[in-house]
Amino acid sequence: MDDRLESDALTRPVEGAAEATASEGATSPAVGRDEWVARHGERVVRRSGRIGAAEQRLRAVPWWAWLVLFTALVSLLPVVFESGYVRRVSFDIVLYMLLALGLNVVVGWGGLLDLGYVAFYGVGAYGYAALASDQFDVHLPSYLAIPIVVVIGAIAGLLVGLPSWRLVGDYLAIVTLFFFQAFIVFVSNSDDVSGHDLFGGASGISTVDPLNAFGRELPVAHLGIFSVAYLYVALAVFVVVYVALHLVNDSRTGRAWRSSREDPLAANLMGMPVNWLKLMAFMFGAATAALTGSLFASLNGGVYPTTFAFPLLITIYTMVILGGAGRQAGVVLGAIVVGVLLETLRDANDAQYVFYALVLLGLVGTLRLSRRLAAVLVGVAVLGYAIHLVAGAIDSAWVDGTSPGGGWLGDALTHWTVVPTEPAGWIKPVSYVGLVASVLLLTLVRDRLRIVLLVPVLVLASFVWENVMLPDPSSTRYVVLGAILIATMIARPAGLLGERRVEIV
Amino acid sequence: MDTFIQLTVNGLTLGSVYALIALGYTMVYGILKLLNFAHGDVFMVGAFIGFGMLQLLGGPSDPVFSIYLVLVLVTLSAMAGCAMLGVAIERFAYRPLRDAPRIAPLISALGVSFFLAYSMQLMFGAQFRDYDTFAMANGDLFFKGIDIGNVKISLIRIIVIVAAFVLMLVLWLLVTRTKTGKAMRATSIDREAAAMMGIDIDRVIVFAFVLGSALAGAAGVMFALRAPVSVTVGFLAGLKGFTAAVIGGIGSIPGAMAGGLLLGFAEAYTQGYITTRWSDLVVFAILIGFMLFRPQGLFGKPDIQKV
Repeated sequence: MDDRLESDALTRPVEGAAEATASEGATSPAVGRDEWVARHGERVVRRSGRIGAAEQRLRAVPWWAWLVLFTALVSLLPVVFESGYVRRVSFDIVLYMLLALGLNVVVGWGGLLDLGYVAFYGVGAYGYAALASDQFDVHLPSYLAIPIVVVIGAIAGLLVGLPSWRLVGDYLAIVTLFFFQAFIVFVSNSDDVSGHDLFGGASGISTVDPLNAFGRELPVAHLGIFSVAYLYVALAVFVVVYVALHLVNDSRTGRAWRSSREDPLAANLMGMPVNWLKLMAFMFGAATAALTGSLFASLNGGVYPTTFAFPLLITIYTMVILGGAGRQAGVVLGAIVVGVLLETLRDANDAQYVFYALVLLGLVGTLRLSRRLAAVLVGVAVLGYAIHLVAGAIDSAWVDGTSPGGGWLGDALTHWTVVPTEPAGWIKPVSYVGLVASVLLLTLVRDRLRIVLLVPVLVLASFVWENVMLPDPSSTRYVVLGAILIATMIARPAGLLGERRVEIV
Repeated sequence: MDTFIQLTVNGLTLGSVYALIALGYTMVYGILKLLNFAHGDVFMVGAFIGFGMLQLLGGPSDPVFSIYLVLVLVTLSAMAGCAMLGVAIERFAYRPLRDAPRIAPLISALGVSFFLAYSMQLMFGAQFRDYDTFAMANGDLFFKGIDIGNVKISLIRIIVIVAAFVLMLVLWLLVTRTKTGKAMRATSIDREAAAMMGIDIDRVIVFAFVLGSALAGAAGVMFALRAPVSVTVGFLAGLKGFTAAVIGGIGSIPGAMAGGLLLGFAEAYTQGYITTRWSDLVVFAILIGFMLFRPQGLFGKPDIQKV
């Protein structure tokens, strides 16, 4: 572990402390009301050395500067890339970022495990569909429909959040999950609610209006490709939500959230309305999700119950947890990383490059540019080639298959990894379970043994990747999400951008 | 009356499967205070291991041994496989987080659940697997049985119910009559004090996972004997198992059994008398009601928060 508490960190007031000490005035001692707040900012673990210094300097840049820079970069995307595909994917990822921001309020700031979050997204999408489609023949303009949807979302959040008055932790998680399930059951069967067709049931509502105001519509496609206007609308909404939530978090409410998350009992004794704070967290989260849902419905022109399923919930959770729950910039980063990852895993060719690049990066990251790294790489190449030779000598059908990834990398790999033309049925489960088991085993051994065992594991990984995972990218995506969730919780619970605190007891 | 008997038997079959799942939840929760989200997926894996074993032993219509022996072997292999899976999950996903904030293992559990379900899909595809109980012993399992009035209770239902009750009895004896069982109960009352008395906490936790997962594996086979299974069945079955554990009072073993049966009856009667379309909603409503108004369940003691 190369992180350590910098020795001067405890004597030098930093960022979070600045506000508190300034308000105290230069003469008054930092004792009493604000001392805890002041000390709070100092208990962050910092890296030492050059990376730590760079990190400090980057952290000193104000948050709005990052936001402006980021927004500018994203808005330049459609200028640089002409393709509708890039625009569409960017739009989807902006929606993911919005969803992650909303979930961050509940999970990161409120500390409440809300497993019903996707239901609010669904409420938003269905709410917009009810207010602007042929379903009930209501066609409200967007500037009316969207605020109404946001209010409906907040009310739904209030109702689902009510159990948080009595329940905490896992019980709250499971009750919200039941609300989510109830939502799915309800909309999937909503084509016959005591004889009335409410929301179209399994076939959904497919006549939703695009965004429109004053009788003019914003077309979804322009000249046959995805209209860039929707990307800009989503980006504008993102900026507004980001700033609004940031201000809320900086306010009295935000501080109260944090303290009631850390210790609800103490916060309660200090006179904070803990129950209302929980409800507010739920409402802010739900309203954000509902807003995102209305954007989603207006762009797709339809809403279907299958969109709002458990995998989406896990996807958003992975974004928030990976990026670092509690930090807005973190969850946005998480949304981008996971969103891009999921998108590349859609296409076998892209996925192939990403996989091998990530493996190589991971090796360089853990072993550094050392002799051990060279030894591992040479070992992997030799072992893989040897196995390929042996397998080919026994039966040429074992190595005559083609990589689903294709491209030059796929061609090159078929001369190294064993890719049978038609693998027998047992090969998939045996090799996959073997890979998972050996990776887990690898975490138990240390030092030289780990380096030695790494070689066959990497060869096996390449085999499994080519023969099991690449042929079924849609399952692979979710397997990867599950693995990211577990690994993040164990290796870096604070996430990529999260802060680690030194607990002083 | 006939309908009522039929529904009661349905509820009993369904309920004994739920009870077996609930036992796994309740034991792990009792000791670790952890909601093991992955438990439902362990159940699903059990159904799949059983399916594989059944094919290995010649398939439903042409088994190498007598079909009853084959069913026993199928159940035992599913139990053994799931027990190993449970140990692995505990070792790699939960143990490193034992002293972390409570939200951490919960999120890890979500990850495990997702990882298991989609790993299975990666290996075996998304299609449903059918044990084809109908083909076993020329359909005897369906057509033979006990007649009560005009209602026939088929052999397969009787087998499932009896097997489930035997397993529960074995568990009950293990927990109340053995030293390890005593250690388990002690740990669930106060983990720290138990550790100070010389109880190996790690062993007790692993034991709870072994027992719970093995029961889930058996439940998976029993469930799959009556309905085709896919990799997604674990989620809903897990939710209902957890509901059963909560209704009975989480942490209480007799509570989990009673809760499972109660939930089975509730679901069967709802489907028979009220609505099939919304039956899941009724189950959810029962759960939410219990959570809000009697979170300690039927058999649990209210949790007093000490500061």
